[in-house]
Amino acid sequence: MRGGLRVLHAGPGATIQDGGRHGYQRFGVTPAGPMDWVAFQTANSALGNGRAAAIEVPVGGLEVICEGAPLALAFAGGAFVWRRDGEPLTIAARLLLQPGEVLAARAGDFGAFAYLAVEGGFETPVTMGSRATHVRSAIGGIDGRMLRAGDVLPAASTVRLHDASFEAIIDAPWLAPAPDPFRVVLGPQDDYFAAETLSAFFAGTFTLTPMADRMAYRLDGPEIAHARGYDITSDGTALGAIQIAGDKKPLVLMADRQPTGGYPKLGHVARADIGRLAQMRPGETCGFREASVAEARAALFAREDDEIAATIASLRPPRRALTSETLFAANLVGGVVDPLDSEQTGG
Amino acid sequence: MTNFPKPRYLAAGESALVVEFGDTIDPKIHGRVLALDAAIGQANWEGVTETVPTYRSLMIHFDPRRWAPEALADALAGLDYAAAPPRTRRHRWHIPACYDPPHSEDIAEVAALLGLPRARIIDLHEGARYRVYMFGFAPGFTFLGGLARELTIPRRAAPRGPLPPGSLLIAGGQALIAGCAMPTGWYAIGRTPVKMFDPRREQVLLAGVGDELCFERIDLAAFDAMSLAADAGEFCAGHEYLDET
Repeated sequence: MRGGLRVLHAGPGATIQDGGRHGYQRFGVTPAGPMDWVAFQTANSALGNGRAAAIEVPVGGLEVICEGAPLALAFAGGAFVWRRDGEPLTIAARLLLQPGEVLAARAGDFGAFAYLAVEGGFETPVTMGSRATHVRSAIGGIDGRMLRAGDVLPAASTVRLHDASFEAIIDAPWLAPAPDPFRVVLGPQDDYFAAETLSAFFAGTFTLTPMADRMAYRLDGPEIAHARGYDITSDGTALGAIQIAGDKKPLVLMADRQPTGGYPKLGHVARADIGRLAQMRPGETCGFREASVAEARAALFAREDDEIAATIASLRPPRRALTSETLFAANLVGGVVDPLDSEQTGG
Repeated sequence: MTNFPKPRYLAAGESALVVEFGDTIDPKIHGRVLALDAAIGQANWEGVTETVPTYRSLMIHFDPRRWAPEALADALAGLDYAAAPPRTRRHRWHIPACYDPPHSEDIAEVAALLGLPRARIIDLHEGARYRVYMFGFAPGFTFLGGLARELTIPRRAAPRGPLPPGSLLIAGGQALIAGCAMPTGWYAIGRTPVKMFDPRREQVLLAGVGDELCFERIDLAAFDAMSLAADAGEFCAGHEYLDET
């Protein structure tokens, strides 16, 4: 029998995402796709998947039950607290969920998103070549909406046989928070800003405001004044574009960005750093650093070739049952409080 | 043969390139955008994943493993796209428009900002003949050129919450028809019951880039009746073919 997950609880913003809907931006259709593509791909890679459809788990958490057949799953992302039938797991792992077992995630010490992938991907309907959900235009996922209790997510029917040794901890230090500024490639409208303004942007500290969703992250910080006004004739946008609207504050365009926009774009956050930016929570601070196209390319390739490609090599068998390996979580967030500590002290 | 100025090639991060032909709304500039878009479509280069034509520029998304922005700019500079692309047959669309409350949320604000009477704003918007320049921003958002100069108004300093689909928006000297409910920094002065974008329809997009479009005023009762018909899948917009000249 074919397996699947039934949703018992889904926090607001839980969606199905794959590599995104490409080729339709010319009709105004947003590509969507994962907010943190690095964590999304890490979870998928642990299962040998490409950019297969996975669940994007928001801060509001997720609870699912396995139905029909055992499922090979993997999860990774921010420091979420994951539990199998109530027993705590690590923050990133690959496991075999048996029918009737419940897997639950809720936000932990850092991060805004986690990804739950299944071997072969979830087989929700394909719209315009993709399963990615864009809620604002009601395209993709299940009826173009967020997941909710009662939804059934069928897994791919071609699942290999696994034994208990399949279960493993994903040791992915590249998903840990880092204080480094985000790399920014200037343009295409950097000439709308004076040189001193650009210097102030790169010297400034910015705070993520509560106006942060899958479409864009609005930051607060030093004012970025335009030298030549803020109205441009609409042109195309790319992931990570830093728009400066009339309020002189940066608005970073994220996965659900609009395909075109009419505010000047100072630069673009390097794709290598977009995942880290996506994991910020309102109130957290960040900075930016200028990078050349060559540096941004090299950083992207290093992310893919040196880090995500190492996912399988990073898998470690749990010493005992995976559920008792909770202390390993501390390795991933070196220096940060163990998610279980906060779990115990936070209640 | 016309001698065009060279376009500007501007990197938009490490995975996209903007080819900018100008910074104004001009059918000649737009023609060059569409010509380059058609030429790239014909060239079918591996790793060029998606192109997005706009009023005055072409956004090219590419696989950074296959292309760097500079290399792509070099390849584009060697592409011959002076000849106009083969066009599909152009239409003129007649779009019903209701300018009555509650479908004209911002018209009083626009009237105050521009110092124009409400009736004059409606006459100017309804009286113009528009060209469909691009789709963008969100599904079915139809960007138009041809707005009367008197209706030039800057965008809001910051975007505001979503307006219903079909909203007729103006800002920055441009006009557009909203394809779905989205936050926007533009001003809503009316609404059409026509669905410019409907994924359930065989013809998902109503109009094509390069088409002509004009608005025809309807009252609230007509708006409500047409909304029901549009929900049932009807176009609710008249059209004729434009004679090629």
